[in-house]
Amino acid sequence: MRDSNPFIHFEAISKVFGTVTVVDSLDFHVAQGEFVSLLGPSGSGKTTLLMMLAGFETPTGGSIHVDGRRVEHLPPHKREMGVVFQNYALFPHMTIAENVGFPLKMRGVARAEREARVKRALELVRLGHLADRKPSQLSGGQQQRIALSRALVYEPKVVLMDEPLSALDKQLREHMQLEIRALHRELGLTVIFVTHDQGEALTMSDRVAVLNRGKIEQFDTPSGLYDRPRTRFVAEFIGETNLLAGRVSQRQGEAATIVLASGARVTCDSAAAFETGHDVMISVRPEMLHLVQDAAAANALPVTIEDHVYHGDHIRLHLACGESRLVARAGRRDAAPPIGSKAFASFAQGDCSLVAP
Amino acid sequence: MSVAAVRPGGAAFNALRLAFGALAVAFLLLPLVAILPLAFTDSVFLVYPISGPSMRWFGALAESQAWTRAIVNSLIIGTGATVVATVIGTLAALGLRRELVPFSGLLRSIFLLPMVVPAVVLGVGMQILYARMGLASSYLGVIIAHAVLCVPFVLVNVSGSLASMDPALERAAASLGASPVDVFRNVTLPLAMPGILTGAVFAFATSLDEVVITLFVAGPNQTTLARQMFSSLRENISPAIAAAAFIIMILTFLLLLAVKGAALVQALRRKRGIEGS
Repeated sequence: MRDSNPFIHFEAISKVFGTVTVVDSLDFHVAQGEFVSLLGPSGSGKTTLLMMLAGFETPTGGSIHVDGRRVEHLPPHKREMGVVFQNYALFPHMTIAENVGFPLKMRGVARAEREARVKRALELVRLGHLADRKPSQLSGGQQQRIALSRALVYEPKVVLMDEPLSALDKQLREHMQLEIRALHRELGLTVIFVTHDQGEALTMSDRVAVLNRGKIEQFDTPSGLYDRPRTRFVAEFIGETNLLAGRVSQRQGEAATIVLASGARVTCDSAAAFETGHDVMISVRPEMLHLVQDAAAANALPVTIEDHVYHGDHIRLHLACGESRLVARAGRRDAAPPIGSKAFASFAQGDCSLVAP
Repeated sequence: MSVAAVRPGGAAFNALRLAFGALAVAFLLLPLVAILPLAFTDSVFLVYPISGPSMRWFGALAESQAWTRAIVNSLIIGTGATVVATVIGTLAALGLRRELVPFSGLLRSIFLLPMVVPAVVLGVGMQILYARMGLASSYLGVIIAHAVLCVPFVLVNVSGSLASMDPALERAAASLGASPVDVFRNVTLPLAMPGILTGAVFAFATSLDEVVITLFVAGPNQTTLARQMFSSLRENISPAIAAAAFIIMILTFLLLLAVKGAALVQALRRKRGIEGS
C-alpha cells in the first residue's frame, strides 16, 4: 500500500565514477512520513545515493522523483531538502541563531518571523538558551542537535542524514537515536538516514535498504531483515547467524527438506524461491538454536560443546557440528552443559531462512 | 656538567632552550635595533655614539620634497599593488583549490614563480615589455610590477585559509537553499577573510620594501621610499635614512596593528553578544 503512492521514487538510478559502478541501476520507493535507512558497508553506494538525492552528485542514468517532481538535474539549493552532515557542518563564523536562521534568510523570510521560527526550532531540540553562542562553544551532541534544528527550520519535504551520529560516543548516540525518532513521529517527517551501523538502522527505521556493491540486497522492515533475510549478505550483515550448506531434496508446498553436507536432513519453511536440487544455505540465528538431548526433536543436529562464554545477559555456546561451527545463545539461568559433552542443536522449521550460497 | 644531564625535560635542557630562543630573537631584531636609534640623533653622521637626541632628521624628511614625494608614492603604489594582488591572488586560490582546473598544479607553480625568480631577471623582463607597451615610468606600470611580486603571498595565505575550511560547509549552505553566489558571500568569503587580510598585509609590506624591480620600471616621478633610501645611500649617508627606515617600520607596524585590531574588535563583539544573552 505504501508503494502505491511513492513520495520519493528512484528509477533505474546509476552512478559510475570512471570504470567503477558505485550505484547500479537501483529502483526504490519511499512513502511520505516514512523513516528509511540506507545500510551497508563502506563503498556500498549508500552515501552516493544520498548525495544524488541531495543534489551533490549527478546520476549517470535513471531518474529521481520527489513529490511528483523530477529532481535529478536540479541544483542542491532548489531541492528543498534538509541535510544533516556527518560532522554537522555548522558555520563557524555565525552564532547558533544565525546558523539556524540561515535557510530562512536565504528564502527571504522577514526578520521578525525569522527570529520567531528560529526560536521555535531551537526549542524543538531544547537548546534555546544557546542561541547566541558560536558552534565551537558547543559539545558534539549539542552541535548535532543544532544541525538537526537548522535542517528542520524551513520545514523541508525530506530530511537526509549522512551518518549523523557516528562521531558521538555510544551513550549519546543512543540518546540521539531516540530524539530523532521522536522528532520524526512528532513532525511527520520523511527521513532518509545513511548508516553503516546495523543496530542503529534496526532501532530507528520503518524500513531499511541493505546495500552491497551498489545494489539493494533487501529493502524490508527491521524484523523482516532479521527474521527473513533473503540473501546470504543480509543474513551475515544483520546480526549474527549460523550458516549451514545443503541441497534442496524435496519440496512440500512452501516448505522444503534440505540434505546437509553431513547427510542430516532438516526441514525449512519459506523455501518458495528454491527448486529441488538447488544448493542453498540455511541461516539460523543463534537464539533460535536450542540444545536438547532428544535426537527426535525438530531439525536436531548432533553437536559437541566446545566452549561456553559468559556475556552477562546471556551465555554463548560454541558448538561443533561435524566440520562446521555453530553458535547458540542460552539464557543466563540455563545450566551450561559441560565442555566436551554431546547434545543436539534443534531449531523450529519456521525459525530459519534459506539463502543462495 | 656531563652531557647526560642535558636531557629533554631536565632543568639544564630548559635553560639551553631558553638561551637558544633568546639568541634567535636577538638574531632577528638586532639589525633593527642597530639602525632605529640613529633616527633620533642630532649629529650629521650615521654613527654611534649618539651625541644628543633630536627630531631634526624627521624635520629634514618633511622639508625635503624628494622624501615626502617618496612616502606618498610608496603609499599610492603599495595600495594599488595590494588591491590588484589581493584580487588576483584570492581568485587564483579559489580557482585552484579543488584541482578541478586541468594542470592546476602547474598553474599554481606559475603563480608562485615571482617568489623564486631573481628580482633582477623579472626587472629586466618588465623593463623590456613596458618599453613596448608604453608602461615605462608610469604609476600603473610600477603597481602592476609590484602586484606580480605580491600575488604569491596572497595565494599562499588564502589557499591556507581555504584548505582549513570543511568542504561540507559549502554543501550544507547549498542544501539549505543558498545559491552559488549566496554560498560564496555568506560562507566561503567570510571564512577565507583571515587569509585574505594576512595576504594583503604581506603584499603591502612587500611593495613597501621593493627596490630592485622599482629600479628597472619606475621613472623619477615614481620613486618610492625604499628606492629613495637606496639612492640616497649612495650619495650621502645621513641619519635621514634611519628616519625613513623608522617611518617604513611604523607604517608596517600600524598595518599589522590594524589587522590584529579588527580581529580583536570582532572577538570583543562576539563576547559581548554572549554576555548579552
